[in-house]
Amino acid sequence: MDCGKNNCKENGVITLQHGTLCKGHFISYFEDKVFKTMNKFQLFSRDDKVCVAASGGKDSLTVLYLTKKYFEKNNFPIYNLNALIIDEGIADYREKTLADLQEFCDTYKIPLTIASFEESFGKTLDQAFPIINKETGKKPCNVCGVWRRYLLNKHARALGATKLVTGHNLDDESQAVLMNMFKANTKLAAKLGPISGVEDHAAFVRRVKPLYLCSEKETRLYTFLKGFKVEYTECPNVVQSYRGEVRDLLNEFEAKYPGTKSGIINSFLDLLPTLKEKELTRLSDKKTTVKKCELCAEPSNGKICNACKLQNTMKARLEAKNVE
Amino acid sequence: MIGLLGDDLERKMNITVINEKTNEKLKVDFLGTTVAELLKQVQVNKETVLVARNNEILTADVALQDNDLITLLSVISGG
Repeated sequence: MDCGKNNCKENGVITLQHGTLCKGHFISYFEDKVFKTMNKFQLFSRDDKVCVAASGGKDSLTVLYLTKKYFEKNNFPIYNLNALIIDEGIADYREKTLADLQEFCDTYKIPLTIASFEESFGKTLDQAFPIINKETGKKPCNVCGVWRRYLLNKHARALGATKLVTGHNLDDESQAVLMNMFKANTKLAAKLGPISGVEDHAAFVRRVKPLYLCSEKETRLYTFLKGFKVEYTECPNVVQSYRGEVRDLLNEFEAKYPGTKSGIINSFLDLLPTLKEKELTRLSDKKTTVKKCELCAEPSNGKICNACKLQNTMKARLEAKNVE
Repeated sequence: MIGLLGDDLERKMNITVINEKTNEKLKVDFLGTTVAELLKQVQVNKETVLVARNNEILTADVALQDNDLITLLSVISGG
């Protein structure tokens, strides 16, 4: 089908709910949508020092490129932008995306910091997960999620960042909304949104999501049309996850009822202020304060943070088995 | 007349489908006309792929040609 924008007759590359777009019009539409998201939700200010949590996949390359473009467009100081990657140590996955990211950052002259599970916790995810799993039954994503969030926050703060950009997209967010709803977890739901979290705290770098309203399909198309080098990469652990099942369910629904994912997010955005207010009241009533982990001094809800608890579980198991 | 109609109904196209996700090459006796019909025949959800021919992205309504080489680019990445 031909592009339907302003009587343009170029070949279409995507059909959206409002019509078919050609390459040029799609790129403009996509970039406008991301810049509007940045402005509407006030994701950045001129003084922000911005760290992009990157992986080398399509979402992070896109968000890195467009954050840089936004900085240039608004004359924000470009030295306030850098990228950070966490190497979890997942065989046949991270090494490929890490190489792509390094090349991308070199091309666009964006400083890149690399942190790893191995240097921080003594083991890669592939090594740590089977040990922790035997003790706790936890899935790889449970371990990875805790350690990744911990390292992203720790290193972004060390870099002086005031905002941590993530490549979360419409698919990720609509999956998270449903997962929290299915599990009746309104506390976690309150932390979602284009700006994560419910309150500011010096120990936490605020996370922002410029791709919040962009679907995974749109983002992949954008990287393809822009010629970004992105290999097909899916974490090998995703098949074991609850999220993977919710993702498949949502894609089946979207194919049958176009607009489902946007519908979930738009109604969630209407509810979000109420959820955040309720969570703030709950935290205030409980007089919950963020503590410092007694082992690593990073922010924690209890005496020991979850990252250290997992590391301790692994160490205890290794000592008991005398594997090391 | 009946014979002609029968030939028409049995007309198939030979389409080769390369799936980026699985790296598989599939020879398809395609019974339909469009990209949307091909995805249906190979049981791939249209929300999970981009469809390319000669490095050009096709929309769902595009008519395929006999002996086309089609690549399915997975839109799902990460974990």
